Amino acid sequence: MANIISDETIEYVGILAKLELSEEEKENAKKDMGEMLDYIDKLNELDTTGIEPMSHVFPVHNVFREDVVKNGDGREETLANAPERKDDCFVVPKTI
Amino acid sequence: MSLMSLTAVELGKKIKAKEVTVVEAVQEALDAVEKKEKDVNSFVTVMRKEALERAKEVQEKIDNGELTGPLAGVPVAIKDNMCTKGTLTTCSSKILRNFVPTYTAQAVANLEEAGAVIIGKTNMDEFAMGSTTETSAFGPTKNPWNTEHVPGGSSGGSCAAVAAEECSYALGSDTGGSIRQPSSFCGVTGIKPTYGTVSRYGLIAYGSSLDQIGPVAKDVTDCATILEVIASHDTKDSTSVEREDYDFTSALVDDVKGIKIGIPKDYFGEGLDPEVKEAVLAAAKVLEQKGAIVEEFDLSLVEYAIPAYYTIACAEASSNLERFDGVKYGYRAKEYQGLHNMYKKSRSEGFGAEVKRRIMLGSFVLSSGYFDAYYLKALRTKALIKKAFDKAFEKYDIILGPAAPTTAPKLGESLSDPLKMYLGDIYTISVNLAGLPGISLPCGTDSKGLPIGLQLIGDCFAEKKLIRTAYAYEQTREYAHSPLA
Amino acid sequence: MKQFETVIGLEVHVELATKTKIFCSCSTEFGGEPNAHTCPVCTGMPGSLPVLNKQVVEYAAAVGLATNCTITQNCKFDRKNYFYPDNPQNYQISQLYLPICRDGSIEIETEDGQKKTIGIHEIHMEEDAGKLVHDEWGENSLVDYNRSGVPLIEIVSEPDMRSADEVIAYLEKLRMIVQYLGASDCKLQEGSMRADVNLSVREVGAKEFGTRTEMKNLNSFKAIRRAIEAERERQIDLIEAGKEVIQETRRWDDTKEYSYAMRSKEDAQDYRYFPDPDLVPVIISDEWLADLKARQPELQTEKMERYKTEFKLPEYDAKIITGNKKMADVFEAATAICSNPKKVSNWLMVETMRLLKENDLDADQIPFSPENLAKLIKLTDDRTINSTVAKEVFEQVFANDVDPEVYVEEHGLKTVADDGALRSTIEEIVANNPQSVEDYKSGKKKAIGFLVGQTMKATQGKADPATINQILVELLK
Repeated sequence: MANIISDETIEYVGILAKLELSEEEKENAKKDMGEMLDYIDKLNELDTTGIEPMSHVFPVHNVFREDVVKNGDGREETLANAPERKDDCFVVPKTI
Repeated sequence: MSLMSLTAVELGKKIKAKEVTVVEAVQEALDAVEKKEKDVNSFVTVMRKEALERAKEVQEKIDNGELTGPLAGVPVAIKDNMCTKGTLTTCSSKILRNFVPTYTAQAVANLEEAGAVIIGKTNMDEFAMGSTTETSAFGPTKNPWNTEHVPGGSSGGSCAAVAAEECSYALGSDTGGSIRQPSSFCGVTGIKPTYGTVSRYGLIAYGSSLDQIGPVAKDVTDCATILEVIASHDTKDSTSVEREDYDFTSALVDDVKGIKIGIPKDYFGEGLDPEVKEAVLAAAKVLEQKGAIVEEFDLSLVEYAIPAYYTIACAEASSNLERFDGVKYGYRAKEYQGLHNMYKKSRSEGFGAEVKRRIMLGSFVLSSGYFDAYYLKALRTKALIKKAFDKAFEKYDIILGPAAPTTAPKLGESLSDPLKMYLGDIYTISVNLAGLPGISLPCGTDSKGLPIGLQLIGDCFAEKKLIRTAYAYEQTREYAHSPLA
Repeated sequence: MKQFETVIGLEVHVELATKTKIFCSCSTEFGGEPNAHTCPVCTGMPGSLPVLNKQVVEYAAAVGLATNCTITQNCKFDRKNYFYPDNPQNYQISQLYLPICRDGSIEIETEDGQKKTIGIHEIHMEEDAGKLVHDEWGENSLVDYNRSGVPLIEIVSEPDMRSADEVIAYLEKLRMIVQYLGASDCKLQEGSMRADVNLSVREVGAKEFGTRTEMKNLNSFKAIRRAIEAERERQIDLIEAGKEVIQETRRWDDTKEYSYAMRSKEDAQDYRYFPDPDLVPVIISDEWLADLKARQPELQTEKMERYKTEFKLPEYDAKIITGNKKMADVFEAATAICSNPKKVSNWLMVETMRLLKENDLDADQIPFSPENLAKLIKLTDDRTINSTVAKEVFEQVFANDVDPEVYVEEHGLKTVADDGALRSTIEEIVANNPQSVEDYKSGKKKAIGFLVGQTMKATQGKADPATINQILVELLK
């Protein structure tokens, strides 16, 4: 395996992705990610010099909305699935 | 004979002719579900009460002439990644197991407007990540042709429900083959439309630049009819395209004379099951006999589609799935210490292994220091793949190949080796990268009696050519009902 | 002892004055019940998709044009990924790779009257976050997404400022430009204009920049000034103690006049920006750009020139009045009604400025309507009230935006007119002050002033001094 994924990398990606992996999951993740990256490295065989990265397949552009208020009070719908709500707000563990 | 053995269009005609009522049709679908679910497990949610109420409503509208379309009153199943107002929408994930959307996906709303009666939400690979429907948090769906085998994925529930005749037709979504591959495994027909043809509004995103909703049904006529209803230019989806042609059923013509069909040699190499190869080439022969011009050619870049796809899809998914955090909806861990621990626990407990695997990979390829080498490289590869298809379509109207390298594998065989599972997407994935339309339709069975799918690929916005070619081929065969039908 | 130079760059967030949010049709109106101005899009509901508000592009480009930027004619949106509960998708839609405006500048005046150019690195469009309310005693915070998705532009300057004064001058100039464009009301207190300060110090003469910190949570010009002074001192102290300045984000606490690092191990500062696949590029054609340029409203310099020619205002007055959009608006509206530009200008330059200062208000906060100022001027023009009464009435206009006509009527402040009462009062005063009459007649013309004063006293200030003067001259012939 050309790509060796370190414990630190898995730890770091876990922070970015907000995932907490068990020891076993970490080991699996190291192996899976290494294998996938080896496989993805196949792309390096391709010469892509001068090729623009393509995000959209079609040249669609300038899709706009007019600045007109259409939505009314969305409170109930917004909060309908809240795991925890109080005073018409979502409740989260203290952020400061 | 069950009403569910009819095609959607046939049933729609009977309803219109008052030979059957909508309630009778819906009741038959619900009875079939009741009877078959223990074997197939195609559904996450069955909407018994709502469907029967809705059936009465639709019948009234048919009776008073408000609803006249071909799908009015016909029961449909919807993949569980499309939002349905007031009905659980889970993406087959624990993290959304209690999520009840407050709005309906545009494609589903279009169906409802045409008088469709939704009978339930179908099982899928969790967040559409998988090729077997085994990554569902609600247990795997089984293949109606042989319940020891997978139905394919990620729209496995939709395809199995159609094959098991639990509904008349279904909607699926296709990010890398998720309609075409399970259609192939289940012996049904499915279309992945040109990107932008069907609104993504209300489709819970996996890979936003690749996702498309499409029909799954027993035949090409149904698929064209359904596509005509669900396709729309939606101002709520910035990537929705305004097309000139929405009259897809006008292409249901049994004539392929002069149609130029290219067969990529690259699709018939290593890894392709000989029985699949034989069936697909036989189908090409049939089309040739009907007057199509069939040639082999080099498509090139086929082997680069999978690494490019997994880089792009996982990167987008890692971002798309950030919103599942236990704050606004869905699962929140019971015990946690502070905000970030709440995020981590909710997500780690809420997502399954395959989803976590792809989120980790996606986060990594976007992270500082790797973005250029992986993500941009993949987008450049995508540009080259698009170019290769553009070149091919200068010469050919249709590209013909298999939908998958094999027929449906046995349950439990695929997940142990994710990379191998990803390789199974080789014929479908580049179609999504290039935004093209593709159709999968049955072209035979293997020695185990499992269906084989033929894939036809068209140029962007060339659904009509695709439908015409598929329809012409289909006229040479009988629809094969699955043993569970 | 070493001499240090402060190097400052600003990241200014401005909330645009659109009616709806940047990616959905929810109202941007301030206030409202928590989460009332929300929908699936601005709360990150699964399956929802953003659609760009065209007005946001127009405002952003207008600010770019007014700050001498190059407009990126093919710009895109990117996702900035980070988890925080005020950010419902856990990514913010922003612009990193192709921001709408680049390479601009504005000119400021430094304390010594010198002109200085401050470079603008870029301006990009993005969405605002929701609001977190912290329960002081409990263990929770509450999330309100009413502000989530409100359109912002972030104006990133070059590190061209060297003092708090320059920073304030830059911010005031920027605010004036944006207000002139109508792109935002730019209220620091309400958060519609927010400035983050990037600051480093280096020894005078050094070529390289020092390590910079980013200071957040600055809610007033005063806070910005204090934070700059404090951060400069903190960094110099570190350097002089042989310690290193750490590149970090710090939060300013203005009540404690102290900042603290916002670091956390859960905060990797790796935002994994990538192009948002849900949004398509914005292509600003040459035609659109030309149209935007043609539609740019009159900015300060042009307005000042016009005031000089059209209203014959002196340069100084024109500069002060056009120095603030609100003041200029009041000026134009009042002038349109009373057709007396010089008087409007005087009321603004003298009494208004005095009362603003006394009340610790900005010119933005001029509390009265131009109609009432115009009415007041009309009352003085037709001599219904005299100037002393006018000042008294103006205080009421300023404080409560009263209708001067009604107020004068209700409080009986009308000038006593030239008939019966006033004439007999004056005759009485003339009779009672033979000495002054004598002085006047013998040539001491100033003596008439005493008689006018006596009359004013007798009429409790309600008579018009000019009228009194006229009657006196007549009587004393």
